[in-house]
Amino acid sequence: MENEWLYIGLFLIVGVALPAAAIILAWLISPKKPNPIKDSTYECGMETVGESGVQFKAQYYIFGLVFLIFDVETVFLFPWAVSLGKLPLFAVLEGIVFILILVAGLGYIWRKDALEWV
Amino acid sequence: MNFWANPIQVTADWLMGLFTGWGMTEVLASILTQLLGIVVLITIMLVIDILLVWIERKVVARFQDRLGPNRVGPFGLIQPFADIIKLFIKENITPAGVDKVVYNLAPILSVFSVLILWAIIPLAPVIIGVDLNVGLLYLVAAGAIGTLSIIMAGWSSNNKFALLGAFRQVAAMISYEIPMVVALLIPTVLAGTMGMLGISEAQQGMWYVFLSPLAALIFLISAVAELGRTPFDLSEGESEVVAGFHIEYSGMKFGWFYAGELLHAFTFGGFWGILFFGGYHFFGLENLGPLVAAAIVLFKALIGYWVIMWIKYTLMRIRIDHMLAFNWKFLVPLSLVVLMVTALLNTLLRDTSTWVMAVSMFLSNVLIAWVVIEILRGRSRTEREKVESPAQPVVEATH
Repeated sequence: MENEWLYIGLFLIVGVALPAAAIILAWLISPKKPNPIKDSTYECGMETVGESGVQFKAQYYIFGLVFLIFDVETVFLFPWAVSLGKLPLFAVLEGIVFILILVAGLGYIWRKDALEWV
Repeated sequence: MNFWANPIQVTADWLMGLFTGWGMTEVLASILTQLLGIVVLITIMLVIDILLVWIERKVVARFQDRLGPNRVGPFGLIQPFADIIKLFIKENITPAGVDKVVYNLAPILSVFSVLILWAIIPLAPVIIGVDLNVGLLYLVAAGAIGTLSIIMAGWSSNNKFALLGAFRQVAAMISYEIPMVVALLIPTVLAGTMGMLGISEAQQGMWYVFLSPLAALIFLISAVAELGRTPFDLSEGESEVVAGFHIEYSGMKFGWFYAGELLHAFTFGGFWGILFFGGYHFFGLENLGPLVAAAIVLFKALIGYWVIMWIKYTLMRIRIDHMLAFNWKFLVPLSLVVLMVTALLNTLLRDTSTWVMAVSMFLSNVLIAWVVIEILRGRSRTEREKVESPAQPVVEATH
């Protein structure tokens, strides 16, 4: 068991190391001739006006919240799905009731027009 | 032990013997052997990635009635290697005002999130990195790192276009993660395990695409959205946000974003094949040996990759409000209904024969699809009547 996660850990290290090595190699052999015009922000040739950290729509935030609710829900659903074959019908129905409550939540969000892109 | 029956184990044993023969301890030799295996696997994936560039360019050329690369080497096969050399010797422009650490980490994480998926992909019963018992959760977790890399790239670039492109892309990715996770629950329900090897093994008699075609379709759609490829490539509106989150990247850093996207598409094609199209099972052909089984998995991954390319070069870009509405108002409810029906049928028909269960699963999916299509037709009919009806006199709004 520990061995599996040791393998994953090694895999993560190599997975970062190889792409990083390529970037470092490219940094070593590529030319470096920066100048202020080249280093300016690219906006199709226009000069940047104001701050780059622009305000963005609040709608992204609402979608993020809705996503968070449903993502937490799926964490609860995975153990239920794995053990489904051994569960009695009552426990399966309980899981379905859990999903139905979430569907009701989705319906509420829908009715409140939180899913509209305004 | 015969090499052809279990190539990985035989090689690993040989390496272990070699390393302990040099006077290493058992633990160190084991770690070194695993490390070598990982480096070889990742290198193979990166070489496949280079060839994917060639495949992508050839296929898109055929879709658009062109020839594609055909000058450098036979059939232009050396072309992607020439591209790589070009990417290496290009200047890495780091614009003024970027957040250097985050900016440089983002392309690495982008390709990292894909590479680590290959740790759990079962190429054959004996060729698998590690058979995690939480394999599918690992897949979801790795996908989250991909999302993180995009927001990091957009945020650190100090560019309005990059920031807006990243927000759009991330909004789409997190939204489509929900139907994808629910679609992943369906093989879990059917196989009774989250391990990739268990899911592959459980499809020996019947591929899950026949038990739950809707789940396979939902998985494909949300995988395409997760990849950010057309029709869901919101971050790449040429006239709006130019290239999206990787606008300020050049040279090899851009190369990793591009390579990561292609390998991501290939990997999700592979997961599609493993979860719904039987993994390494292909009418008993996998019994010829593990290398044949691995070839079957890679072939299925290529087919899945080709389907994703087919979608990309056929459909047009979808507007962001349409795309999010399609997800939240259509895919999420649909996937939850499919999950509930699958769970219920799986429990009720537990004691019947395999065939009764397979046929009823398939019919339930067809029924759900028919009901959904009827609802959509009704909706579009009312919508059309509303649009085509004679214009109502405009009521003055009272402000």
